Amino acid sequence: MEKIYFDYAATTPADPQVLEAMKPFFHENFGNPSSIHSFGREARGAMDDARQKVSSFLGARPEEIIFTSSGTEADNFALFGVLWANAAKGNHVVTTAIEHHAVLEPARFLEKLGYKVTSVRPDKDGIVHPEDIAAAMTDQTVLVSVMHANNEIGTIQPIKEIASLVKEKGAYMHTDAVQTVGHIPVNVDDLHVDLLSLSAHKFYGPKGVGCLYVRKGTRIAPFLRGGGQERHRRASTENIPGIVGCGKALEICSRSMASEAAEQTRLRDKLMAGVQKKIDRVYLNGHAVQRLPNNVNFSVEYIEGESMLLNLDMLGVAASTGSACTSGDLEPSHVLLSIGRPHELCHGSIRLTLGRYTREEEIDRFLDVFPKIVAKLRAMSPLYDKKP
Amino acid sequence: MAKKVMVAMSGGVDSSVAALILKEQGYDVIGVTMCFSLSRRPADGVPGRRPACCGLEGIEDARRVARDIGIPHYVLNFARDLEEMVILDFVSEYISGRTPNPCVRCNQHLKFGRLLHKARALGVSKVATGHYARVEKEGKAHVLKKGIDQKKDQSYFLCLVKRQDLPRILFPLGCMTKEEVRRVALKKGLSVADKPGSQEICFVPGNDYRAFLKERLNRACFRPGAIVDISGKVLGGHRGIFNYTVGQREGLGISAVHPLYVVRLDEKENKVVVGPREALFSRSLVAVGPNWLCARFARFARNFEKNRHLEAKIRYNQPQVPARISRLTRARLEVVFPEAQRAVTPGQFIVFYTNDVVLGGARIEQGKADAS
Repeated sequence: MEKIYFDYAATTPADPQVLEAMKPFFHENFGNPSSIHSFGREARGAMDDARQKVSSFLGARPEEIIFTSSGTEADNFALFGVLWANAAKGNHVVTTAIEHHAVLEPARFLEKLGYKVTSVRPDKDGIVHPEDIAAAMTDQTVLVSVMHANNEIGTIQPIKEIASLVKEKGAYMHTDAVQTVGHIPVNVDDLHVDLLSLSAHKFYGPKGVGCLYVRKGTRIAPFLRGGGQERHRRASTENIPGIVGCGKALEICSRSMASEAAEQTRLRDKLMAGVQKKIDRVYLNGHAVQRLPNNVNFSVEYIEGESMLLNLDMLGVAASTGSACTSGDLEPSHVLLSIGRPHELCHGSIRLTLGRYTREEEIDRFLDVFPKIVAKLRAMSPLYDKKP
Repeated sequence: MAKKVMVAMSGGVDSSVAALILKEQGYDVIGVTMCFSLSRRPADGVPGRRPACCGLEGIEDARRVARDIGIPHYVLNFARDLEEMVILDFVSEYISGRTPNPCVRCNQHLKFGRLLHKARALGVSKVATGHYARVEKEGKAHVLKKGIDQKKDQSYFLCLVKRQDLPRILFPLGCMTKEEVRRVALKKGLSVADKPGSQEICFVPGNDYRAFLKERLNRACFRPGAIVDISGKVLGGHRGIFNYTVGQREGLGISAVHPLYVVRLDEKENKVVVGPREALFSRSLVAVGPNWLCARFARFARNFEKNRHLEAKIRYNQPQVPARISRLTRARLEVVFPEAQRAVTPGQFIVFYTNDVVLGGARIEQGKADAS
């Protein structure tokens, strides 16, 4: 049975070229970039090249890129680092209800430490309105953090408009661009952002490496301390193979992104149209157009996402749901709840995310097997029959 | 294609060996851990209070075992089911002056209710657990029997499983002793081989049910009232009847010449009735909501008014004793014991046996001193 992977938003396979680029840096060129000798210089050179690639993708300067261990670390760093460094300016953060937990949890913790946090709700399509952000800001607001695109429902936020308002009011603007970098154009000047997080394994790079872009002049305190790496902003010996892989992966994306996005948009729309044609009482989650090229998220009434997911898994089809229990965490998706989906529909949600290696036959096979699964599950559901 | 079976894996040694045995018998085994979302996220700096089983560690152990024996493993969401089908009952029984048995309810509604349903939703017809009990085919019918290991037998907790579901249930450990199970686990190198078993109620942290209830109940339930003796004389005060259970001696806060025991909890009058040891004994009891596991027994139920002799257990940790059903309707029955029974506890279950066959069970409503 051929397996089908529809979970590219969770993680992507490293591109073979990325793997090749990384290989020499485990054994042959293993140096520590902080060392003065030739081994160190070699590693530093590779790191500088990678930094150049990342910065040119983002339209940034190399010295504005700080490599981290993950997107999560980059988000934590942005929130804590900016709040800590700007205590004299204020103590207020504005964020949204649909952020990734990597932003939500640090914000919650900051609140515990006595900072003020305001969470702005999106509309029913999952779009955050710039005027709502502006209204939430006070003269104490130091940082606004709004994700570029949502990881569950794929909605792309009007970051440029939001950032313009934020800058007018004199606060820093951060965006979690983990879902967009490598998939759609992301330019820090176009977006007007001061800080931006990304993660390499979301764009065919390795796991364990991310970046925080920090616009020159932004006051930020280190999150990890204990060494002079990354211009004293992030201590710890650099993950050279990972950093090289990250650079290589973005280099590939900058060439292939446009055509991949076009193809994925086509397949995405075919997939959604097919599902809506073959199954009744299916609801798209998120905005129909203003969304990532590779994201499909819908709720099927009367059945649980968990059952759909497991049935698909048994057929070798990998998908994701907003309600699955992986490690004792059972709350229904905070994203679906905050766009006003009732509990039942949150539990009946399923997310399919396409990628570089998705083929049209896979979409066709999904459209063949999935309606059968839904029909089987609905036949068992006591709720479905009663409805006309 | 091999027969599919879903095994409920808690991460403990019993269910791990159950999965292993089925796999070796050639079943297509799917491991499942029922996630009750009990593991509180550790708050900042404060370790979460984790019940003994079903928490994160249980999930991780189960996942490792599944990987070791080469079966897929899923974590399924049962948090809402646990809340609605077990915990609500647990709390309301206590405030009604009864002492509930949540394990019986969990088996009835979750493991052999919702889990069976979820298995069917995956096209899996059978469900297995690591219970020490047996399902055997006798003629055309499937019967539930006690586990071979008399010390570990858990058939008591299965008394409310539905008769028609028995053909879909497997208990791979029914013919093994706990020692044998541990030996198998050791021999096969299962990482959980020496994990201690849990005796606690999985959703009650630290096994402190009073603290758990206090967190759950609103103030209106904390009605203090009187502790009275059998004649009605007030001996002291109580802090809500849910704090007490029949047979309890400690923590009454009354000094008396002879030791006093809780004999009865009177919800209507909001009283705790205490008495001497002798007053704890019942010659008969009333039970409600019988579930019959044996088709024959259910069909000929009326005949049981004719002094048919059975054996029964009125709580888990107690030997079977002779019993006679004296009255029986669809919803209610009365049972007479040749020998008076100590501390018949409303809320617990009476389970009927002939030899090692489980006939059925019912929730105890109240004990009576005489054999009416």
